[in-house]
Amino acid sequence: MAISAAQPVTTEDLALSAQRITVKFGGLVAVNDVTFDIPDKGIVSLIGPNGAGKTTFFNVLTGLYAPSAGTVTLDGQNITAMAPHKIAKLGMGRTFQNIRLFATMTAEENVLVAMHSHTKAGITSTVLRLPSQRREERESSDAALELLDFVGIGKRYDEYARNLSYGDQRRLEIARALALRPKVLLLDEPTAGMNPQESAAFVGFVHRVRDEKEVSILLIEHDMSVVMRVSERVTVMDRGEKISEGTPDEVRNDQRVVEAYLGRTGTEGSAR
Amino acid sequence: MATTTAPKSPTSTKSARAAKSGANNRRWALIFAGAAILVFVFYQYLLPHLDQSVKSVFDSWLPISTLEESLVWIICAIGLNIVVGYAGLLDLGYVAFWAIGGYTAGWLMSSFFNNVDFSFFGVIPPQPGGIHINFWIVLVIAAAFCALWGVIIGAPTLRLKGDYLAIVTLGFGEIIPQVFYNGDCIGPACWNVSNGTQGIYPVDSMNAPKILPGMKGATLGIFDQPYKYIFFCLVAALCVFVSLRIREGRLGRAWLAIREDELAASMMGVPLMRTKLAAYAVGAAMGGFGGVIFAEYVGGVVPDRFNFSISITLLAMVVLGGMGNVWGVMVGALVLAWINATGLKQIGVTFNQVFHTSINFPANNYLLFGGILVLMMLFRRAGLFPEMRTKAVLEEDEVADDAGGTHLSDPEEVTA
Ligand SMILES: Nc1ncnc2c1ncn2[C@@H]1O[C@H](COP(=O)(O)OP(=O)(O)OP(=O)(O)O)[C@@H](O)[C@H]1O
Ligand SMILES: [Mg+2]
Repeated sequence: MAISAAQPVTTEDLALSAQRITVKFGGLVAVNDVTFDIPDKGIVSLIGPNGAGKTTFFNVLTGLYAPSAGTVTLDGQNITAMAPHKIAKLGMGRTFQNIRLFATMTAEENVLVAMHSHTKAGITSTVLRLPSQRREERESSDAALELLDFVGIGKRYDEYARNLSYGDQRRLEIARALALRPKVLLLDEPTAGMNPQESAAFVGFVHRVRDEKEVSILLIEHDMSVVMRVSERVTVMDRGEKISEGTPDEVRNDQRVVEAYLGRTGTEGSAR
Repeated sequence: MATTTAPKSPTSTKSARAAKSGANNRRWALIFAGAAILVFVFYQYLLPHLDQSVKSVFDSWLPISTLEESLVWIICAIGLNIVVGYAGLLDLGYVAFWAIGGYTAGWLMSSFFNNVDFSFFGVIPPQPGGIHINFWIVLVIAAAFCALWGVIIGAPTLRLKGDYLAIVTLGFGEIIPQVFYNGDCIGPACWNVSNGTQGIYPVDSMNAPKILPGMKGATLGIFDQPYKYIFFCLVAALCVFVSLRIREGRLGRAWLAIREDELAASMMGVPLMRTKLAAYAVGAAMGGFGGVIFAEYVGGVVPDRFNFSISITLLAMVVLGGMGNVWGVMVGALVLAWINATGLKQIGVTFNQVFHTSINFPANNYLLFGGILVLMMLFRRAGLFPEMRTKAVLEEDEVADDAGGTHLSDPEEVTA
């Protein structure tokens, strides 16, 4: 269950822990000495103005970038700079800020791809269609359709990903990430492009994912109404640094956060 | 986000697309099998009894040797399609595997190693000496050996992407035939591994079970062309079968995912290196088949048959036919192989007769191939027979271009 936000957490209760992460791109310090935890079965958010380094931080957690400094621990195991597919297999599922589905594969196939790491069929058993392979395919397919149902696009399983509506593509990305049977689910701006009703329904959906799939969830989110309602804890980044952390209420009233948002013009996510 | 879990039994749903593609595969398989058998029956049992004038038309426009040779191209094109069409890895050096397969046949089916005397269900040589292994076993060995070389070549190169990969594969495609070219004196001990420019000659006739009417011996020589042809067809059929089966399974989906979006695939737990190496290995194995059959078709192996233009021609076959669609690739291979071996020459002869010119058509075949590729890229980028998913996308694009439909953005332009 969720850990009450104010209560300090011990390491055993952490699904993921990132210690003092720094990422440099040439001279640019995109993430600077950020320490960040996701409590087990918690729902936490990462917010900050554009270019704050949120996506970059995600990319470190998923192994896409090796941090210049710092360590990432997933479920007690050090995964710093491990290959992305290994991290994924250990239980890290993610979605992308700019949707990255396999465009000419069907919704079902997209989900099946993410089952690669916990299925086994090799070349021989596939070519000969051995019973073990057929069973595995059947089970995978059932599981994939169940996941598509879970995110609400079960009827569209046979549609090419590129033909799905924007909202359905976002759902498919979540279904695909869940197919990894992740311990931690990272959602990069999941409500981008959603209308207010959809965003409101999304809050309930996130809770349902956490409760039914027993994952810990980290969201990057620009929609403050979503952030305030869904998060148990919120971390705020600005220009690569962590500037605030706490319950939604604490963060909302933090002067530095207000300044970070108001101090920038032209940011879409002004604190509401 | 509305997420009502509709109660339904997932097992009962059979993907309509999968069913359609299954039907499509059956139709094509029937067409090819039917055509292959008809051709065999015609050349083996009918043509010899026909009038001399008919014979000479077939001899000049579609000799059986051209059909045999085209099967070598088909098999290699199917192999290259795995790498290029399925996994989306540009390989400009595929000829390396064709060559390695050819030399495997040279080593294991001739008197080349005349200091040993080893025979295994193979041809009994007139004089002792050499290694003489059964053709079908050599096929398997060559496939395995090429797969191994696919991994050896792939391991350092597959870390590269796109253009860089293409250039490095091009390098390997040049190196390996050069090794055979200069292979009569390798290392300080001056080992002869290839007879250098002379090549290895002759290669044993292939062994074949006497299952077809009229077959005389347990081996097939130069007078048994149609028989050889139909047995080569079997090997091609095996390659098609393996391609299709793998494509539908776990590995095939992983290849496709890599082709679509490598980064996303790795984030979804697909090991890039392993999966790409598998594509290289399977593709190379088929190149091994092609090489052995080529050696059998020619009756030997000579190094100057393995040059860069072969890699390019194979690539043109894959692109012309329809990358990713094994049936289309076969059509592409058939068409270009025929043009290459017979068509262009015959068209030239006819043209020169009619117009009283003396243009050397075969000398311009790369002009023609280049022209075909340019035209394809301009007007039919997905090939003559695009794979179903590409085709669906193309058709939808035409509709969506008018309607302003929503598409996923090009993965290359997007950062994670
Ligand atoms: N691969 C890269 N190479 C160089 N600079 C990069 C790279 N990725 C990100 N950056 C830079 O790092 C900084 C942080 O970018 P990041 O995408 O992490 O921000 P963000 O918080 O996700 O912003 P947004 O809300 O717009 O998504 C930006 O200045 C960006 O230009
Ligand atoms: Mg971002």
